[in-house]
Amino acid sequence: MKRYVYADNAATTSVSPEVIAEMMPCFESDWGNPSSLHSKGREAKVILDNARARVARCLGAEPSEIYFTSCGTEADNWAIRGAAMRMKKKGRCHIVTSAIEHHAVLHTCQALEKEGFEITYVGVDEFGTVNLDELREAVTDKTALVAIMYANNEIGTIEPIREICDIAHAKGALMFTDAVQAVGNVEINLKELPVDMLSLSGHKLHAPKGIGALYIRRGVVIDNLIEGGAQERRKRGGTENLPYIVGLAKALEVATENIPALASVREKRDRLIEELTKIPYSKLNGHRTNRLPGIVNIGFEFIEGESLLLWLDIAGICASTGSACSSESLEPSHVLIATGVPHEKAHGSLRISISRETTDEDIDYIIENVPLVVEKLRNMSPLWEDVVKAGKN
Amino acid sequence: MQYSEKVMDHFTNPRNVGEIEDANGVGVVGNAKCGDIMKMYLKIDENDVITDCKFKTFGCGAAIATSSMATELVKGHTVKEALELTNKVVVEALDGLPPVKVHCSVLAEEAIKTAVADYYNRIGRPVDFEIEKSHEE
Repeated sequence: MKRYVYADNAATTSVSPEVIAEMMPCFESDWGNPSSLHSKGREAKVILDNARARVARCLGAEPSEIYFTSCGTEADNWAIRGAAMRMKKKGRCHIVTSAIEHHAVLHTCQALEKEGFEITYVGVDEFGTVNLDELREAVTDKTALVAIMYANNEIGTIEPIREICDIAHAKGALMFTDAVQAVGNVEINLKELPVDMLSLSGHKLHAPKGIGALYIRRGVVIDNLIEGGAQERRKRGGTENLPYIVGLAKALEVATENIPALASVREKRDRLIEELTKIPYSKLNGHRTNRLPGIVNIGFEFIEGESLLLWLDIAGICASTGSACSSESLEPSHVLIATGVPHEKAHGSLRISISRETTDEDIDYIIENVPLVVEKLRNMSPLWEDVVKAGKN
Repeated sequence: MQYSEKVMDHFTNPRNVGEIEDANGVGVVGNAKCGDIMKMYLKIDENDVITDCKFKTFGCGAAIATSSMATELVKGHTVKEALELTNKVVVEALDGLPPVKVHCSVLAEEAIKTAVADYYNRIGRPVDFEIEKSHEE
């Protein structure tokens, strides 16, 4: 029987009912401006301060270290550009990042490159783990910032952030991590993890789109990205998006409480990996164990990802691909290419990203349908025809 | 990206998928690196009429749909008529393609022409037309 299975949680997640419930009063009654001096404003300010404290608590941070932004991309832009501009004054005009970053990071680095910064893109191994030896060589006493993601959005590989911090700090560089995919999916305690900055996004953890945050460790100073009023301790102008900030706080609390329950998500992920890699000429992309609980990325040879997605969509399954044909740029995933997957195989990748809402029945349904679609497409693929004729199927 | 109903129809129910064992014109265009390969099989009779046409395609929804539509547009026609098939006609027959997918229709046009060229070579007829190769590496 046809089901509807949403398996694209790395793209965005559903907004959970408890988050909506907590946001509603900010629309209905608590709609004041936190900067206003009157009672309506003061009420809002209390809610804002409370939300900031809740977010901080979930991350092991201080409330004064949390800055709300409009999204993860803004937080990424701000962290990188703000640090670059600040450190430039100290004669540091070099940024080190990785080849598998999200475009929010990569494109910001590329923009800075045009403005005269030197950027080094450190490679990864076949599992998507940043090459630490290469990183050690790249970071110098001229390096302003090391910007490396906590976990990759396409293949799910978790990076050795602590070691990366140590390498950056040994040369006096700042360390920023884009943790948009990691927050809520791995335990993060900023009391113990010495990153200088960390970005997160609400809509990856069952809060709405349009809210993110940047953690900036106390003592770390970066330039502003958005000038305006006195909001966010004068670091980020713009009237605070209170309902969404409250939504983010609630979503992060729920996600943090649910960290132990991720074991069950991990089990489901592993079942998907085990069953789907039984398909001939398939290969898991990313690290086998050191990966996010919800992300599965598998390459199927001789077929193309967009066709795969369209057929899965017809079957009621929402997923994603690294194929060029699904992107406006017509370039295959830079992440898969960086891990050494050849272009022709990158086209046939499928990303399935599950969440705590995914059921065992959903997993069964995916396991039942993916092989059928792969077979259907291979049967019309001239490349598969060659494999069959060679008797290698 | 939104495909037309026609494109989705040809993607989900592609016409003329398969091989022709005794084809006398076969054309393969595109490459796996770019993410699309089309293989066209033509069966052409002594009157230059394409009596059968089948395809196999590795590629996206648009690549499959344009292949399917191209086979429908040339089947039963003469090779001369088939050579007049342009990608524009394929796009129109599919009620349009998203701009980034127009190259798929170019590939379909090339696939037909390449198959006809193969037929000409087999029967010793000079290939008196040009095939634009948009997907060469």
